[in-house]
Amino acid sequence: MSDATLPAVAAAPRFRLNLPLGVAIGVFWILLMLAIAVLADVISPYAYTALDLRNRLSPPVGMGGVWAHPLGTDELGRDVLSRLIYSIRMSLLIAFGATIIGAVFGTTMGFLAAHFRGWVEQAVLALVDFSASLPFLILALAVLAFFGNSLSLFIVLLGFHAWERYARIARGLAISAGAQGYAAAVRQLGAGPLRVYGRHILPNIASTLIVSMTLAFPEIILLESGLSFLGLGVQPPSTSLGNMVGYGREYLTRAPWILLAPAFTIITTTLAVSMVGDWLRDRLDPTLR
Amino acid sequence: MLRFLATRLARALITIVMVVTFAFVVLRLSGDPALLIMSVDAPPEAIAAFRASWGLDDPLWQQYLKYFTAILHGDLGRSMRDGRDAIALVAERIPATLALTLPALAIKLSIGIPSGIYAALHRNSLTDRVVMGLAVLGFTVPSFVLGLLLVLVFAVQLGWLPSGGQDSWRHAILPVITLGAGGAAVLARFTRSAMLEVLGQPYIRTASAKGVPWRAVVRNHALPNAAIPTVTIIGFMVGSLIAGAVVVESVFSWPGVGRLLVVAVANRDLAVVQCILLLVAGTMVASNLVVDLLYGALDPRLRQARAGGAA
Repeated sequence: MSDATLPAVAAAPRFRLNLPLGVAIGVFWILLMLAIAVLADVISPYAYTALDLRNRLSPPVGMGGVWAHPLGTDELGRDVLSRLIYSIRMSLLIAFGATIIGAVFGTTMGFLAAHFRGWVEQAVLALVDFSASLPFLILALAVLAFFGNSLSLFIVLLGFHAWERYARIARGLAISAGAQGYAAAVRQLGAGPLRVYGRHILPNIASTLIVSMTLAFPEIILLESGLSFLGLGVQPPSTSLGNMVGYGREYLTRAPWILLAPAFTIITTTLAVSMVGDWLRDRLDPTLR
Repeated sequence: MLRFLATRLARALITIVMVVTFAFVVLRLSGDPALLIMSVDAPPEAIAAFRASWGLDDPLWQQYLKYFTAILHGDLGRSMRDGRDAIALVAERIPATLALTLPALAIKLSIGIPSGIYAALHRNSLTDRVVMGLAVLGFTVPSFVLGLLLVLVFAVQLGWLPSGGQDSWRHAILPVITLGAGGAAVLARFTRSAMLEVLGQPYIRTASAKGVPWRAVVRNHALPNAAIPTVTIIGFMVGSLIAGAVVVESVFSWPGVGRLLVVAVANRDLAVVQCILLLVAGTMVASNLVVDLLYGALDPRLRQARAGGAA
């Protein structure tokens, strides 16, 4: 009798993701970070600026600390765990914002180049060459020097990181898509350029763009933390992961935990996103290698 | 070949012009330079005199032309901090930066390329996995974290090496390792994938099938072809010899160009920032140009295609 049930089981479509272990851990870590960022206000034991002057430079639990401050406190008695939670929120917010800005701007420029060709295309390509030929950190520093700093400017600025990659990809793919039947067919049916690019070409090249975004995301986290570490990114009293490392550097000998907690978070998060990004690239788009 | 050279030179010049224009536009967008340089409560006559002497009342295109000719004459303004010539200020920092970046470049090349090639030739072996694991780690650990961890272990805990400053060659060891490790990781990853790409090509199979010994296949067919993309990234590394140590110099309080840039940005010392920007752009464009020429030498197809006038 058991035989009769077997084919039914085999025929039922089984949804199995079949993730490699490293990628699965990466996905889990990213989800954990996202949850922390979203729930920061709920799970954070203290406000990130709250002082506890009786417990200054208290070490983490396990190094002689107290459970009131599981990851210890800094020179002003601020809870490292709470600061870490809010730093994760800030760094992820910046990285998400900047990645989306870069992708939207770059893709739009690529589409414009593909649509108009001629001098528009040449201008876009010249800008692409320009961006690709300078180290972005130097450009970013120059802009920060000229304009000063604010959070929104900082996010927009980081958004320009890697825009040229999206522009290149979008232009190349849009040109080849334009030569294919479906784009011509939609155009013949009377669709305007916005509809052709937004509703028909974009979905067809989305997987490549998403892979590029997952590859750019950790780079932006590293850029943001680097600039904040130098004191030129996120400004106090706001806090980000790089900011915490920069602050903790002053207490490297006396209180290394201030620095180690955010440093560990930066490394694990970029590692997780890169591993997932590499895996996605291999699965979705081997041509990007 | 001449035509190839000419187009490359033209593109290099265009990039330089764009960088200069970028600096000019950003400088003008950032607000009235007169108010930026003079204090806000300066008397109006003084501001007017300042504007006249710097030509700020001229039409924008005239200002741009003036700006351009000044740069062509090597006049990049004076530091707003101590009034010294910006170029001199930057130039005296260059040797210190090169003292870090040149040894670091040697480390990147001597570790990154061989390990990338080895990993590709022994794909999926244990060594490949270890090398690539280290390479991913080298890419995801930011240089300031690696630098500070090295300081924590070798300067604070073990007390073997100094944690910062520039008094002896021992001070350079940790920053050079920090710089070299990250670059070696990038290069190893890149070399590996370039090699794998080439090793999958039909001409490699053909050569093997003809009975060419594997060593000769690798040496004569795989390596020269994998060198072409690798040269690009090495060119980028050479181009960033001057600007590539911004963060590391700050971590180790090393008085190089990068440290100067960070301080200048924090103080909004625009003349110095602009001078470094142009210097970096110049070295970057120059090394890209050399890479393009090397391409021509490495890849005969490119040379002929361009010389034939097809492009």
